[in-house]
Parts: sequence; C-alpha cells; structure tokens
Amino acid sequence: MDYAIKVEKLSKSYQSCVAVDNLSFEVKKGTVFGLLGANGAGKSTSIECILGTKKIDRGEVSILGLNPISNRKALFERVGVQFQEANYQENIRVEELCEVTASLYKNPAHYKALLQRFGIEEKSKTLVKELSGGQKQRLFIVLALIPNPEVVFLDELTTGLDARARRDVWQILKDLKEKGLTIVLTSHFMDEVEVLCDRICILKEGKVVFHGTVKEAIEASPYEKLEDAYLWYTDKEVM
Amino acid sequence: MKSFITMLKTELKLSLRGMDMFIFALCMPIVVLVAIGIIYGNKAAFEGANYTFLEQSFGAITSISICAGGVMGLPLVVSDYRSKHILKRFKVTPVDPIIILLVQVTIYALYALVSMISLFLVGKLFFKFNMQGNILNFVLGWLLVMISMFSIGIMVGGISKDSKIAGVIASILYFPMLIFSGATIPYEVIPNLMKNIVDVFPLTQGIKILKAAVLGQAVENIIIPILMMLIIATICSIVAVKCFKWE
Repeated sequence: MDYAIKVEKLSKSYQSCVAVDNLSFEVKKGTVFGLLGANGAGKSTSIECILGTKKIDRGEVSILGLNPISNRKALFERVGVQFQEANYQENIRVEELCEVTASLYKNPAHYKALLQRFGIEEKSKTLVKELSGGQKQRLFIVLALIPNPEVVFLDELTTGLDARARRDVWQILKDLKEKGLTIVLTSHFMDEVEVLCDRICILKEGKVVFHGTVKEAIEASPYEKLEDAYLWYTDKEVM
Repeated sequence: MKSFITMLKTELKLSLRGMDMFIFALCMPIVVLVAIGIIYGNKAAFEGANYTFLEQSFGAITSISICAGGVMGLPLVVSDYRSKHILKRFKVTPVDPIIILLVQVTIYALYALVSMISLFLVGKLFFKFNMQGNILNFVLGWLLVMISMFSIGIMVGGISKDSKIAGVIASILYFPMLIFSGATIPYEVIPNLMKNIVDVFPLTQGIKILKAAVLGQAVENIIIPILMMLIIATICSIVAVKCFKWE
C-alpha cells in the first residue's frame, strides 16, 4: 500500500455554510503534504473531518488503510496529532502532560529525548501555561510525536516560533521524513511550505483551487515565487 | 490500565494543586464535626434518646464531601475539560475519553472516602462517637448517596453548554443543599415548616439514609429515601449518557 492517506470527495457544511466542498487528495507514505489557505478557508475543518473529530457529510477518508471512526483505537496508536489550540489542564506541568500522553500508547517514544531535541528539556517542571508561545508550540509538536507515529498531523506548525526555532523544527521534520514519517501540515508561511512540502493543496472557501507540487503551483501561475503564486490562487474567483 | 493509573496520579496532583477540594471536601467536614462536638458535647440527641447529637449528625457530615465533589467538583471539571478540548484531544489517541471521566469520578470518590475515614477517626478519638448500626449497611448507604450525587454532577457537567453555565447550576445545587439539607446545619434543629421545603433536596433524603444507618434504625423507615436515591441515580445517568456533549 503506497498511500498513507486517502481523502475522497469530502464535504462538510455547518447549517447553511459550506466549510469543505468535495475535497480529494492522497498522500504518499514518507512525504510531506501541505494544506494551505487563508484563515477560514476550511483547513482546520478538513483536518478534523479527516481525523474523525468532526462528522463528515459526504465522502470517504482512510488513514493507513483504516477508517478514523470505526478503527479509532488501532489508528491512533500510529498517528500523532497537534491541534491548533492548546488543549491541556490548567495547572499541569510539561513533564506531567508528556507522561500522561505517553501512557496512552503501547510503544511511546521517550519524551525526555524529544523535549531535549526540541530544546525545551529544562522546562520539564514548568507549568505549561507559563511557557512562552514558541515553547508551547514546540511542546505540542513533541506531544504529537510521542506516539512514535507513522503519520503526523500538524495544524499551524510553526506559528509563534522565532526564526531560529523554525529552522530547527524544519530540520527535525526533515530528519523524521527521511526515516519514513508521513506529515500533513497546515501553514501560513510559504518559505516553510517550499522547504518542507512535496505536495500542496490550496483551499479557498472550502474548495480546492490548486493541487500539486510547489513547482507546479508556481509554473501554473504568472509568478516566480510561491508566495505570489499562492496569493494569486487565493485571490482568484472560486469557480 | 497503565493510562488510568498515570492519569489518576496526575489528575490527583492537579486537583490537590487547586486546593479547593482539599478545603471543601476534607477540611470543612472536620470543622463541622468539631463544631457540633464542641457545641453539643456528648449530649443525648433529645431527652431519652439512646444516641448523642453528634451520632445523629455524623451521617450528614459525611455527606459534605460527597456533595462538594458530586455537585461542585465533578460538573466543573467535566465542563472545563470539554471547553478546553481536552476530551477532544483524547479522541485522537487510542484511549477513550470516557477514561478521563472515570478518573475524575475516582478522584472525588477518594476525597469522599478520605473524608469519611477522617471523620470517623476524629469522632472516635475526641467525641466518643459510636457507630450504633451495622458498618456494612452504612457503607452501602454511603455508596448509594455518592452514586446518586455523582450522577447529578456528571449530568450537569455533561449537558451544560460551557463551564460558566455549569458553574451557575453547580452553585444553585451546591450551596442550598450544603446549608439546608442538614449537612452543615442539623436537620433536627430547623423548624418543621422548613423541613417540608428542604425535603425536596436529594441530599436531604440521602442524609436520612446515612443517619438511619449510623443509628442502626430499621430499613423500613427509609424506603422512600432509598427509592428516591435510586430514581435520581437512574434518571441522571440516563440523561448524562444520552445527552453528554464531548465538545
């Protein structure tokens, strides 16, 4: 089986508003897939539908050949997730959050090593709420990697990170990709997308306006830079 | 099981770090017990009674921590964990989010248990408290009251839209029950007219069971409270299961 993720004709509406319209894509194992679009374009809803935390109206999703709702337990032993907002208990410390997360899996990674790799090891005893924005973001990536996943979903990967930390995170993700990890990410930073993503999908108002490689995205636009091309795609009228 | 124990350990630490349950579920019952012990000493509950005032109140005092955990602690933590999307995060792990609810129930049951044991010890050591009834009956009654109160809490936490609403409902349930159901002010000293009113509180009925068990009174006298506890537990559990909102 070649594909880590298959999404076919996924649609999701809230009351009268269409959040995701007929989204289809596939992600090959060991590649990085970027889901792009402006705020409110449907990225997070798409990810939640794919993960099964939101019910889909139509369409089909499979991750590692499994259905995220009916095979939830088996699937999430092998999939790590970082959500956009932080979901942690009020007075929990970094170490405690990692320990509890690790206890949920059969073969978790060593969280201390991960904390060290992401440069927040000395914050183990700190309350999560007292971390800086960038430290929190790194912690949430650590949490997503604790299951030793084959696929990881990273929503708004490097938001809040400084330039140095972003480069470090990119390098870590590239290393993990080398080892076969499949990554699905959303991002607003086109430099990051260019460095990391093998394929991208640009959403606008829940519809796909581009799907392909970064190179193809630039070639099919009148511009030479991804950021300009991206803006061109997202400014175009939705057909 | 590994997840349950790790979570229990961590959530217990978090709960103690919060301090409020330590105060309301562990310290407050002892303060009430000591106050009643000092005020009434070892006086008989009324002239000719073969039990002391303290023995009469003991059951009620053990319900303080059940009430604090059940209708204050549980609804707040359940709605808080939902609005913080902690329950949602569990949905993308191999563990069922229900585990974290079980962990919370266990924590509040532990508070109630520790409180009950500490009251028993303080009563025995300082106020010559004597359990006249069968201890097993008392434990059964205590469990029934706990299940019933906790089911109210899970229901409130599970169906409230957000933690603010849960907090309001919890306060409306908690404070009147704590003060008027007999848990702090003894039921026996309040006027008869008021007794009729406070009889609608579930906890007032629960306390009748606990009192009868401590004093070794016949089960026939408390059939109605027992039935009420069972009905409340059943209805609230069904509503909680049917209407629980995970997010």
